[in-house]
Amino acid sequence: MKVHLEVHDIHPVLSFQVSLLDLADITEEGVTFQSPADGKPMLLTPEESIRIQNKIGADIIMALDDVVRTTITGPRMEEAMYRTLRWIDRCIAAHERPDAQNLFGIVQGGVDPILRDICVRGLVERNLPGYAIGGLAGGEDKDSFWRVVAQCTAALPADKPRYVMGVGYPLDIVVCSALGADMYDCVYPTRTARFGTALIPEGVLKLKHNAMASDERPIDSTCTCMVCKKYTRAYLHYLVTKDPMGSQLLSYHNLSYMMRLSQNLHMSIVEGRFPQFVQGFLRIQFPKGDVPKWVCNAMEVAGIDISSCCSPIH
Amino acid sequence: MRFVVTKSCGGSSRARVGSLLAGNPPSLLETPALLLSTKKGLPAFISPDLLATLDSPGPPLLHISPVHFLDGPSPSIISSIGGLHQMLALQSFVLVASPRDSIESLPESIGANKLGAAFETPSGRRLVKPSDYMDMISSLKADLWASLADEVPAWVSEKRNRASVDRTLRWLDDCIALDKTGGENIFGAIVGGTSVKERQRCATEVVKRNVPGFYIGGFGLGESMEERLGLLNTIMDSLPVEKPRQIFGLALPEEVLQGVAAGIDLFDSTYVYHLTLGGFALVFPLDIIESENLGVHLNNGGDATTINLRATVYRKDTSPLINNCSCYTCQNHTRAYINHLLTVHEMLAHILLEVHNTQHYLQFFGKIREAIKLDKFDLFCKKFIEGRRTHLITSLPSSDPDESPLLSR
Ligand SMILES: [Zn+2]
Ligand SMILES: [Zn+2]
Repeated sequence: MKVHLEVHDIHPVLSFQVSLLDLADITEEGVTFQSPADGKPMLLTPEESIRIQNKIGADIIMALDDVVRTTITGPRMEEAMYRTLRWIDRCIAAHERPDAQNLFGIVQGGVDPILRDICVRGLVERNLPGYAIGGLAGGEDKDSFWRVVAQCTAALPADKPRYVMGVGYPLDIVVCSALGADMYDCVYPTRTARFGTALIPEGVLKLKHNAMASDERPIDSTCTCMVCKKYTRAYLHYLVTKDPMGSQLLSYHNLSYMMRLSQNLHMSIVEGRFPQFVQGFLRIQFPKGDVPKWVCNAMEVAGIDISSCCSPIH
Repeated sequence: MRFVVTKSCGGSSRARVGSLLAGNPPSLLETPALLLSTKKGLPAFISPDLLATLDSPGPPLLHISPVHFLDGPSPSIISSIGGLHQMLALQSFVLVASPRDSIESLPESIGANKLGAAFETPSGRRLVKPSDYMDMISSLKADLWASLADEVPAWVSEKRNRASVDRTLRWLDDCIALDKTGGENIFGAIVGGTSVKERQRCATEVVKRNVPGFYIGGFGLGESMEERLGLLNTIMDSLPVEKPRQIFGLALPEEVLQGVAAGIDLFDSTYVYHLTLGGFALVFPLDIIESENLGVHLNNGGDATTINLRATVYRKDTSPLINNCSCYTCQNHTRAYINHLLTVHEMLAHILLEVHNTQHYLQFFGKIREAIKLDKFDLFCKKFIEGRRTHLITSLPSSDPDESPLLSR
């Protein structure tokens, strides 16, 4: 758990990442992928990636990394980790606006603690404005996932922001924050909205469910968002998964849920009651006390006592 | 509902400006007016918070199709929520219901029978009987609504036209009998296909029912512009001037102008929806009367009234859709950005386009009203159509019918 960082006065804008593209072909020179504009092969080198991001002007820009699925082990994972370290130097050299834009390095190394250790130490040596933990949320088991986050946050400097890429579910964000991570990005709130799922304190609400057809309550009576103020579950039931407006309205609610969750999490740290926040969150999500084992393990390492949320037998 | 004609054109044109008082609490709206298309009650892409940013003189009028609610929510749930205004959170908007639209509820004359009208919907062909329809009408509580009509395309036989009139009149009587509010917000449907005789019979019979307004059905279903002119004149000759008239299926600017000239007061905006879906933006100048030549400065990928934002020429175009347009889209975004959003299949492209196109078409209607008030409607039509023609002649060799929704209709 970390106390808040003074990073920016305004909403920072993050730049792009080339993540786990199935059609990408990676060589020492760079990543070759199909252009979304015309489908033609396009080579993205670390230099080109930084040049584009300098032009876009985001407040935080990301190094180009060699990402492989976390489920891969052996020489390919090792190669990707070392290449990521070689590429960070090319990114730093190409970066023309270090005074205005913050270049984040990305820790790779899959679920191998030795590779992660080499990578994180290599990046910290470069003294970057911030660090990302990459290559996660790609199918690895949850215990491996949180252990990598815990290992990286422990090794990263306390005064620099730590960004876990591609995470995540509300529960993942609470766990990673307990382990000392600061920033997240995920398509989950909007993608799940397109499938008709709303995020609520208790977990998820499937609006396609037949029971919703006659439910005149809002998605979440504790939510203050525009959608919850205006619309019933019964009406949304007929829009979601079929009409663009269903996706829009549900995305609106889900994003406001995630923003409120982050805000509440943030305030609980500032006010020195983060453990109580975690306990409250888990109690609502797991009213029967069946908190997953990996969460219990992670919280033990984070030093947060959640025994009151877990049922004695499971 | 109350309606007053405040200004009529003299001479050959029957164009008029009217004041419509409708809604709860009542809003005063000017006609000729555009009814915004909706899907299940809300616009296809414009979310309720953006809807409030549309620059229009009064609260926008929305067209609602009861057929969209056949698969739910059920009439009892809608009633329990408090009706459509409440369910859609559009309390101050004026909602006008009629079954047909050109998006998800197309009249299907082959499927209709003496029991009810048929519609082609995303869940298949649906037969709607007057009693089903009235169940929905009473639960939706739209501000104005059209009676159920048997709308037939232009190519059916005289016998079929006659049957459509017989059924539509019978259903009008059913609707009036089943209406719990005493028929004060009903627009009586007038059909008859392309038969002048049947159109006249239908109009005369509907007028006898002393309904407060008229829904003119069966247009935009294959008839030619010339044919339509004669039919509209026949219908209008039979209608009292002091009552409002809604039409469905006259969507393109030229068609709207033809309808306004015939004395129609309310139009649908299906055109805006189809343009938006195709990645087009309305860009014709609105200062039609003041401008020297409408077509000249519109040399840009679409036709004289629209541009195709998918075209590669907009990839690096950092101007808004229209300079000085006050809409949310033009105030915040560029053509290049919308081109990019279309390329990567982001729904935001359609949201931004629908906002702009809707506002532009609303303002087009504003200009029509202004021209009528100034006794310049004939000039307005002439200049608008001339501008289009000039452009079509200069750009004809490259015009691709697939690229232009105006030409492909
Ligand atoms: Zn909400
Ligand atoms: Zn605009």
